[in-house]
Amino acid sequence: MHRSTERARLPALLLLLALPFAAPPVVHAATRELAQVFVAEPFLELHTGPGRGFPVAQVVARGESIDVVLQRTSWFLVRTERGYEGWASEADMARARLADGSPFAFNHGDREGFRDHRWEGGILTGAYGGATLVEGFAARSLTEHLKLEIDAGQFLGNLSNGYVVDLGLNHVFAPQWRFSPFVTLGLGYERSEPKATLVQPIVQNLQTAYEGIGGRLYLARRFYVRGEYRHHTVFTHTDFNEVKQEWKLGFAFFY
Amino acid sequence: METGIRVLLLAALATLCSGCASLHRLWPFHHKTKDPAAIARSATDAAAADTAEQQAVPPTVIEPEVERRKIKVPKIRSSNFELGGYFGELSVEDFGANPVKGVRVTYHVTEDFFLQGDYGQSRAGKTSYETLAGNVQLLSDAERRYTYYNLSLGYNFLPGESFVGRSRAYTSSFYLLGGVGSTKFAGDQKFTVNFGAGYQILPTRWLAIHIEAQDMVFRSDLLGVDRLKNNLGAHIGASVYF
Repeated sequence: MHRSTERARLPALLLLLALPFAAPPVVHAATRELAQVFVAEPFLELHTGPGRGFPVAQVVARGESIDVVLQRTSWFLVRTERGYEGWASEADMARARLADGSPFAFNHGDREGFRDHRWEGGILTGAYGGATLVEGFAARSLTEHLKLEIDAGQFLGNLSNGYVVDLGLNHVFAPQWRFSPFVTLGLGYERSEPKATLVQPIVQNLQTAYEGIGGRLYLARRFYVRGEYRHHTVFTHTDFNEVKQEWKLGFAFFY
Repeated sequence: METGIRVLLLAALATLCSGCASLHRLWPFHHKTKDPAAIARSATDAAAADTAEQQAVPPTVIEPEVERRKIKVPKIRSSNFELGGYFGELSVEDFGANPVKGVRVTYHVTEDFFLQGDYGQSRAGKTSYETLAGNVQLLSDAERRYTYYNLSLGYNFLPGESFVGRSRAYTSSFYLLGGVGSTKFAGDQKFTVNFGAGYQILPTRWLAIHIEAQDMVFRSDLLGVDRLKNNLGAHIGASVYF
């Protein structure tokens, strides 16, 4: 019965998905104030999509104005004076001018952005106390060197599974370098769920503290690779604290 | 004696005349004539004063009384996130193929790369042994519930346009996907590696339709032998850019 109900939904879903194709692409009326820039090069190429693989469908001549509708990755959706919408690359838009003749400035991911940015996040995988770790993190830059970071992950082992949440500070030594090392320090929380096959499994919620060292390697655009080692002290309910080693590697981005 | 008086009078006259000459400046109808040295000195003083005056007062520039137009650029909206759902079929190894549904969120970091997180649910069927043996249940109903999440890195390749009919063209691309995650099944939770590929088409700039196939691999000893389990799934979904 359950399966038949699920299968009955499929044609309805397909019909729903097909609906947008029935409507022709329309030029949306401007409902908010858009940035206006002027083409300063001999012409500006407009692609059909936000990528270098999409064909050029229109060009805008020097001196003509365009409205910037939105930005997606390194592409701008712009609207010409005649109402045509197309995608212009970040490199081309950097040569456009504002009405007062000043260059059109915007935030774009590069080495300078890697050095000084507000937010970063990413996904990492590695090992935590012998178990496999899957983790995501987000960090807010307080200064170029100092970041406040929160990590949330799940560890999956042979003896126990569980979750970890860490909150701490990162100090990046040379953010201007392509490879910049950092040290980290913080507090955390660990929820450990022993496998049910063990006798009398007890779920434990424990506080932790950690210190660690790592490195960040800038790749391209807004991407960088991050690797890290942490030494965790787990505050148990017994006379002795537990020590857990953690290492992880993953991709991260900044903006 | 007469000669003496005459000489005295002449001497007094001469003295008086010379005194008048020395008093000529007091005469009210006298026209002053400047001393050439004084004239030269005063000219030098005047030139010096003019130079000092020129140095003290900067040259005046005519400022146009027009206020320069200040350009305030409105904030440009970014649209790098995608949120959507999908529906399809998932083949749980040894437990048959069953419907799967899920949600996903994507962050497009560059035009080539994106990060994606997805969470899905399915329900495992019966193994061949259970079907053939009749009244045998390897797993309870709750244990047949199959849930997973994946954190993946994606790469867009072959971007281009797909033509629908003669006059419509929509942007589209193929993409590759790989990542790590976790699968909860049969009362256990396993570290899972996922990889796959998909095709997306954008009917509008804010809506994307995806068709995707993935394999989720984890190690399990559920049926007595510890080995990798491949769980292939295919689904179709829609997501909205924001």
